[in-house]
Amino acid sequence: FLGAGGGNDIQWCFSQVKGAVDDDVAEADIISTVEFNHSGELLATGDKGGRVVIFQQEQENKIQSHSRGEYNVYSTFQSHEPEFDYLKSLEIEEKINKIRWLPQKNAAQFLLSTNDKTIKLWKISERDKRPEGYNLKEEDGRYRDPTTVTTLRVPVFRPMDLMVEASPRRIFANAHTYHINSISINSDYETYLSADDLRINLWHLEITDRSFNIVDIKPANMEELTEVITAAEFHPNSCNTFVYSSSKGTIRLCDMRASALCDRHSKLFEEPEDPSNRSFFSEIISSISDVKFSHSGRYMMTRDYLSVKIWDLNMENRPVETYQVHEYLRSKLCSLYENDCIFDKFECCWNGSDRQVQLCSGIVMTGSYNNFFRMFDRNTKRDITLEASRENNKPRTVLKPRKVCASGKRKKDEISVDSLDFNKKILHTAWHPKENIIAVATTNNLYIFQDKMN
Amino acid sequence: MFVRGLKRKCFDGEEDIEGTLAGIKAIPSYNLQRQSLLDMSLVKLQLCHMLVEPNLCRSVLIANTVRQIQEEMTQDGTWQMINTQSTGQASLDRLVSTDILCRSSREQAEGKHVPGYSAFSKDFEGDQAQDSSETMSTGSSVQAPRNLQSDVWEMENPQENKGNFQKSLDQIFETLENKSPNSVEDLFSEVDNSYYDLDTMLTGMMSNTKMGHCDGLETFSSPTTTTSNSNCKSDLNELDHIVEILVES
Repeated sequence: FLGAGGGNDIQWCFSQVKGAVDDDVAEADIISTVEFNHSGELLATGDKGGRVVIFQQEQENKIQSHSRGEYNVYSTFQSHEPEFDYLKSLEIEEKINKIRWLPQKNAAQFLLSTNDKTIKLWKISERDKRPEGYNLKEEDGRYRDPTTVTTLRVPVFRPMDLMVEASPRRIFANAHTYHINSISINSDYETYLSADDLRINLWHLEITDRSFNIVDIKPANMEELTEVITAAEFHPNSCNTFVYSSSKGTIRLCDMRASALCDRHSKLFEEPEDPSNRSFFSEIISSISDVKFSHSGRYMMTRDYLSVKIWDLNMENRPVETYQVHEYLRSKLCSLYENDCIFDKFECCWNGSDRQVQLCSGIVMTGSYNNFFRMFDRNTKRDITLEASRENNKPRTVLKPRKVCASGKRKKDEISVDSLDFNKKILHTAWHPKENIIAVATTNNLYIFQDKMN
Repeated sequence: MFVRGLKRKCFDGEEDIEGTLAGIKAIPSYNLQRQSLLDMSLVKLQLCHMLVEPNLCRSVLIANTVRQIQEEMTQDGTWQMINTQSTGQASLDRLVSTDILCRSSREQAEGKHVPGYSAFSKDFEGDQAQDSSETMSTGSSVQAPRNLQSDVWEMENPQENKGNFQKSLDQIFETLENKSPNSVEDLFSEVDNSYYDLDTMLTGMMSNTKMGHCDGLETFSSPTTTTSNSNCKSDLNELDHIVEILVES
């Protein structure tokens, strides 16, 4: 598919699944974020227990060149711990809301991870050598009596088993009153933003005791609050530009050069409401759960409860494309409101940033219920529904497309809306930046699929 | 399989309703749906005061839905003016009631498993959909039983009122009952930012202030443009049936 234009649809095959097999899901194991690093070699997941697990892709096996390297655990560490806010008598969850990788500058890898209140910069480094032959210390670390030293030697590095160490290098705390929902690293690779429900702050990666507030939508009187920030992201190329989305279905593009506090947007993206679809749930389903720029920066994608929309940054009054993720849920909104599913925050992602396909559209992916996930090909206008399930776990077997029967007679192999499992939701998906490898998170399992080569 | 409410019958405007004029056949059904949605929303807001800070986005969206419904009901003239006692006591009742609600649900969370709203609706999940006509006739009497529910909790000993979940719900409906038309409880705790300059390791200062604090009353902000009286065609569950069960227990 790496060529431009359509014709060759990707055939997705199961590759691996990570995580516990049993149906009893431990709360701490619930996956809360998934992110590839810039090369795609590393794949990070965060969970509700505050842990980060990083998988590393094995080097391609030259003999078996038809399959790409497998992902194996590279590093696991506890990023955040639960805390207690004594002033509000409330717990601060350790759940990792977002992970964002920094581009690699040296041998070590860096990532930002955040929970509701605190962002941390982690350094992940390898150690495969250690010094041996100290003069004053034994090999086990005990100090030698200096009087017993008769000769001197120079310590040398000797190989050891690979050790991957994660250490927190910066802790960015106490800047958010409300819950952080997004972090985004600027294209200058020096600053980043963090967004909570009402405010967005700008940080310098080196400075932890200061951040600049660049957006503040908190009303003077909290009782007048009707809209919150749901996601924010920096433009991939313009280091002065960022967008943030709201619970009312709007996206605001801001230019930091305009003023210190970007409360006045440069552009406001909003689609007028369809009066024929109006209900008491219209606002809730219009709330945007994720916003992602395309790699070129010309487009952005938003996810609301029922659809994915592609916006051209040059056109504010409506999206250029809209894809229905699970329109059959529209008639079930009241039930989904009752069981709170209507507040589920689905993410979305673009396909990899292959330079050749950059100019023409691409494929977008997002999750749904029943462990289904959807892909929309902007070129061919075709879409596909796939399922992340252990039943399909034969490597190199192409996944069978799934279909939901909205009404009427259910065909064979279709699944009816009433049979969908709303506990099995795919909220987080990620696409390898350079290859057709995707990571799809179910509640507590991580599935890796790749396209069938040959 | 987890399908809430999908098996319930959907209220349809065209359904035959006993004892109502043909011309307004659709209206009680819509009103009932709307009332049910309002009640459900208010319950959701109450129950979100738990150990962890409630999700602000969710609270805002629910509150906006409540406002929308109330505005429409005010426009329709269907909002019932409920006479309370002297406003002073009424407001105190309201304050205390929500505080007790929040406290008791919190204490429950500490002591035992809090079923949460999902369990609440699960209780009714087991009941099959009733005959629509039966539901309609009980629907109109929903308001009355609530009024009768005057076994008010003991305000003298709120600490002892570690009411079970069922009792909390009774209290919720008591609160709903006493609402005056132009007030919505303050849902969003105001945070005094100056506290965040202090070292947060202030042991022994576990203040009760922020336990689901619902300060005072609030008048509606300026009305948004009203929706035209479009029918809500979504599947609304038979919450009047739910209410009936609640009230009787």
